[in-house]
Amino acid sequence: MKRILSTLLFLLSFSVNASSSGIELEEADIDLSDTVSLERGAKHYVTYCLGCHSAKHIRYKRIALDLHLDEGEILKNVAPLGAGIYDQMHSAMNGHDAEKWFGTTPPDLSLIARSRGADWLYTYLKGFYAEPGKPTGVNNTVFKDVAMPNVLWQQQGTQVAVIKNIDGHDVVTELKLEQPGQLSPREFDRMVNDLVNFLVYVGEPVQLERQQMGKYALFFILMFIVLAYLLKKEYWKDIH
Amino acid sequence: MKQRFNILSDWFLERFPLSDLWNEHMAHYYAPKNFNIWYFFGSLALLVLVNQFITGILLTMNYKPDAKLAFDSVEYIMRDVDWGWLVRYMHSTGASAFFIVVYLHMFRGLLYGSFKQPRELIWIFGMLIFVCLMAEAFMGYLLPWGQMSYWGAQVIISLFSAIPVIGDELSLWVRGDYVVSDATLNRFFAFHVIAVPLVLLILVFLHIVALHEVGSNNPDGIEIKENLNWKGHPVDGIPFHPYYTVKDIVGVGVFMFFFATVIFYMPELGGFFLEHANFIPADPLKTPEHIAPVWYFTPFYAILRAVPDKFAGVIAMGGAIVVLFMLPWLDRSPVKSIRYRGGMFKKALLLFVIAFIGLGYLGTQPATPAATTMARMFTAVYFGFFLLMPLYTRWEKTKPLPERLTDQPTLEDRIPCVIALVNEVTDVQQTTDATGARITKRRPNPAGIKAVLFRFAKNLKESLD
Repeated sequence: MKRILSTLLFLLSFSVNASSSGIELEEADIDLSDTVSLERGAKHYVTYCLGCHSAKHIRYKRIALDLHLDEGEILKNVAPLGAGIYDQMHSAMNGHDAEKWFGTTPPDLSLIARSRGADWLYTYLKGFYAEPGKPTGVNNTVFKDVAMPNVLWQQQGTQVAVIKNIDGHDVVTELKLEQPGQLSPREFDRMVNDLVNFLVYVGEPVQLERQQMGKYALFFILMFIVLAYLLKKEYWKDIH
Repeated sequence: MKQRFNILSDWFLERFPLSDLWNEHMAHYYAPKNFNIWYFFGSLALLVLVNQFITGILLTMNYKPDAKLAFDSVEYIMRDVDWGWLVRYMHSTGASAFFIVVYLHMFRGLLYGSFKQPRELIWIFGMLIFVCLMAEAFMGYLLPWGQMSYWGAQVIISLFSAIPVIGDELSLWVRGDYVVSDATLNRFFAFHVIAVPLVLLILVFLHIVALHEVGSNNPDGIEIKENLNWKGHPVDGIPFHPYYTVKDIVGVGVFMFFFATVIFYMPELGGFFLEHANFIPADPLKTPEHIAPVWYFTPFYAILRAVPDKFAGVIAMGGAIVVLFMLPWLDRSPVKSIRYRGGMFKKALLLFVIAFIGLGYLGTQPATPAATTMARMFTAVYFGFFLLMPLYTRWEKTKPLPERLTDQPTLEDRIPCVIALVNEVTDVQQTTDATGARITKRRPNPAGIKAVLFRFAKNLKESLD
């Protein structure tokens, strides 16, 4: 009986599956046609992320082409000092040091948006809260005990978690801004969103072009279907 | 000039039976005239095979079968090779499309009894193609060298080690190393691009030759060769070329529409065609939380997990495929097509479809106790469908077969029915606006929808008897 019941419950849980895993993901506002946002995101990435995380599958040249930026402009405004236009986004930190400092090598982020998804990244970057016992002084709502420190703490300020005990587990239900940072919460949200937007773009630089091309391909195929159908009808008219 | 061409073509035709081949397999190959939508998938499978060959050859020009370089070379194709992204998506989407098309093609065989005497050998060749295709897809999936590629291969190869006595040695021999490694990647590459495609091509050739020897089945499951006209051609047959070549081109167009939609707008298809975890490079030290094969293997994977013992699970998974080979001899019904079978087979087939799709879904999910119970029930239904077939197909009462093929309505014949249906489920309201223009609005009509659904359910129930 218990088996049958649990089976039925399992069937019921199909619909509510997504919401059952702790904190809900916040929705990132992804718009790859917003090149200004992408440029801001690229700049934030170089300033705050590239120190540890490479994005070795993208070249500055490609960013300049896709965002309709001048090559000189991107080298001056976005790329770190000394980088060439054909260079990939390499990090200056070597893996050996990283292993020593953080206990793990920071992953390359070229494809992080494709493996984690935009909403996860957005929630993750906003999800750091102070927890004094940790080596970095922070913990994260969606990535428990993460080795990465809160790099954006100056902009965001310090968050603390509201923890409730639900079914015998301590669950973070809410984050509260304890000490404001340099940016207002709205400005900070925009900054994180730009960063995530950029990461989504880096995950697959061709995606905008691909979608634009899609409508022509589909239109061509539709025309092909119409012609093929008329041809078939012509040939088949004497078959009864 | 024209004469020269004639001399040249005569020279060629005297030495090669090109026109005989063409006539035998195209222009004078008589196919039943009432093929319906299910009969598109054979030619579509051939189309996808060609797609996989061409895009695959292009991919090998930039892909590097080396554990250190493989993952990056795929990203290089996606970003720096001109049109590389399109070629790669055509290949990855093509793999899934291949299985969709082949599963539907096999289901057509189940529906209309295309595996039954005298077409047993066609079915056997087809099943061998299916097994080859699974091997091809499995080995190809390792090549991008992502986390799922790596751990999927690790799990599947470790299944060999469940075999008593020789198991461990065997899995070591398959891998070429103690874990999946560069050696495994290299040999899988060799199999994926040369060995298996060659076997596949030969089997497809045999499948078609065997088909053209006995002739195609049809939705009525009767032999068109039993009714010949004075020329010796089947009365209900039409030459494959031009009739079915032009018809299949329409099918190709419709298929390409869906194919292009996936490629241009949703190449990952929500993680089903390209799994999210596969965008992380393979890491032998980090096991992913949840290892799931690509969707087309999940029904068999669910069967494997449903059995508590590992070796018994491997046997069950293998058995799920072996039992398909025996289908022509398990079915004892005197009729081929589902149209003239009794209710038992129809109900059994419906249960089988539910079980197969259910297993496919469960294979993508983590194995919770409740999910495992469900998977066991579905596994029992899966095997029950085949192993009880000799009994229920013999008992059931079949309907009388027609003398000649029944008509297959064309798309245009169906238009009046569609219009009648739309009229039934909607209310038409005509109002006059301020300027005096008449506005016609259609609103859903709940009573009409209810009546249609009720009729549909009733028809479904009746058709199962």
